[in-house]
Amino acid sequence: MDGWPEASALPDCDELLARARAAAAAVPDPEIPVVTLADLGILRGVARRGNVIEVTLTPTYTGCPATLPIRLDVENALLAAGIADARVSIVLSPPWSTDDITDEGRRKLRAYGIAPPPPRSSRTDALFAAPAVVCPRCGSHQTERISEFGSTPCKALWRCTACREPFDVFKCL
Amino acid sequence: MSDARVASYALSLGDDALVLGHRLSQWSSRAPTLEEDIALSNLALDLIGQARLFYTLAGETEGNGRTEDDLAYFRDADAFRNVLMVELPNGDFAHTMVRQLLYAAFAHPYLGALAGSPHRGLAEIAAKAVKEMAYHVRHSAEWVIRLGDGTDESRRRTIEALQSLWPYAGELFESDETECTLIEAGMVPDRRRIQKPWDETIDRALAEAGLERPVDSTAAHSGGRGGRHVHLAEMLADMQSLARAHPGATW
Repeated sequence: MDGWPEASALPDCDELLARARAAAAAVPDPEIPVVTLADLGILRGVARRGNVIEVTLTPTYTGCPATLPIRLDVENALLAAGIADARVSIVLSPPWSTDDITDEGRRKLRAYGIAPPPPRSSRTDALFAAPAVVCPRCGSHQTERISEFGSTPCKALWRCTACREPFDVFKCL
Repeated sequence: MSDARVASYALSLGDDALVLGHRLSQWSSRAPTLEEDIALSNLALDLIGQARLFYTLAGETEGNGRTEDDLAYFRDADAFRNVLMVELPNGDFAHTMVRQLLYAAFAHPYLGALAGSPHRGLAEIAAKAVKEMAYHVRHSAEWVIRLGDGTDESRRRTIEALQSLWPYAGELFESDETECTLIEAGMVPDRRRIQKPWDETIDRALAEAGLERPVDSTAAHSGGRGGRHVHLAEMLADMQSLARAHPGATW
C-alpha cells in the first residue's frame, strides 16, 4: 500500500510556501536569462520557518560575479509575490555540478545556442580530457574547442567545423 | 566558533589564492590573444572567489569581526602568509603559465585531500575549489606543452621560466607551526603527501613538452609563509589603494 505523500510534495497544503517556491524557481539567470535558477539547479531549497521564507542558493563557480545579483533578484521576486519576510542564503555543500542542470534546462540551453554538458559528465581530473560536444545549431559532432574559457565562468568557446558557426558550451564541473 | 589555528590556516590559503588571482588579473587586456585574455581573467576570478571564501571563514573563526575586505585590503605585506612563488611579477606569458602549472598541480590534489577534512567549513570550500583547479591544471599544462614543444623562442622562454621558478616550488610543501598542529590533529592534509601526485602531473607535462625537469636546488626560495616577502608590498600598494583611500566605501 502506498504511504502518505511527504508534506513537501503537497503543493497546496501551504499556500505561502508554494507561492514562494514558484517565485524563486522562476527567477531567470542574469547572464543566461533563457534558463531559470531551478533549471540550472542552483536553487537548493525553499522552506518555511514560522512566517519567514528561507531560500538557499548555491554558486556555480566560487568567483561567479552573478551570485550577488541572483540573490537580489530572488529577494525582489519574493517581494513581488507578496512575500516580504524572506531570508536568502548561500550554501556551498554539496558543490554544484553541471549534473544538477535539469533536462528542461538542457533543452532550453540548446535551443538558445549553448551546448549543454552531457548528463553525468562532471569530473575533477583528466589532464588531457576531450569531451564530445554536439553543435547546438546543426547537430554535428564535428566540433572543436577554441578556448576552454568563455564569456562567463561557466562557459567555454567552441566552433562547428560542419556549419562553421562558433558557439558556447556549458563547461562540465 | 572561534579557533585561532583554523583562522590562521584559512588566512594562508586565502592569501595564496588572492595574490595569485591578483597577479593573473594584471594580464587583463594584455594577453597574447582575446581568448587567452578571457581565460586568464577566468582563472583569476576562480582564485579570487576562493580567497573570498577562505577569508570569510578566517574572519568568522578568528572571532574579531574582520570581514573578507578587512583581510584583503587592510593588512600590510608582512601580515600575508602566501608562498613567495605567487607574488612574483608575471614576467612573460611562459613565466605566467609555468607558475600556474606548478601551483595548480599542487593545489588540485591538495584541495582534493582537504575536502575530506572533518572541519566542515574548510571541507566545503575545498570541495568547491578543487573542481575549478582541475581546469587550471589542464589549461596551464596545455600551454606549457605548446610553448615547450613550439618555436625556438617559445622553448627558450619556457626553459628560462622553469629554471627561475623551480626553486620556489618547494615552499608549497612546507607547513608552518600552526598548520603542523592541525595536521597532527587530523584536521588538514600533510603537504608532503602531495609531492607524489605533483611529481606525476609535472613530469607528464614536461615529458610531453620535451622539457627536462630542473635539478632540485639547495637554494630554495621560501619564507613567505613566515611573512617575509619580496614583491608583495609593491603589488599591494596598487591593489589596496582604492579601498584605503575610501575606507568602508560601497557601490
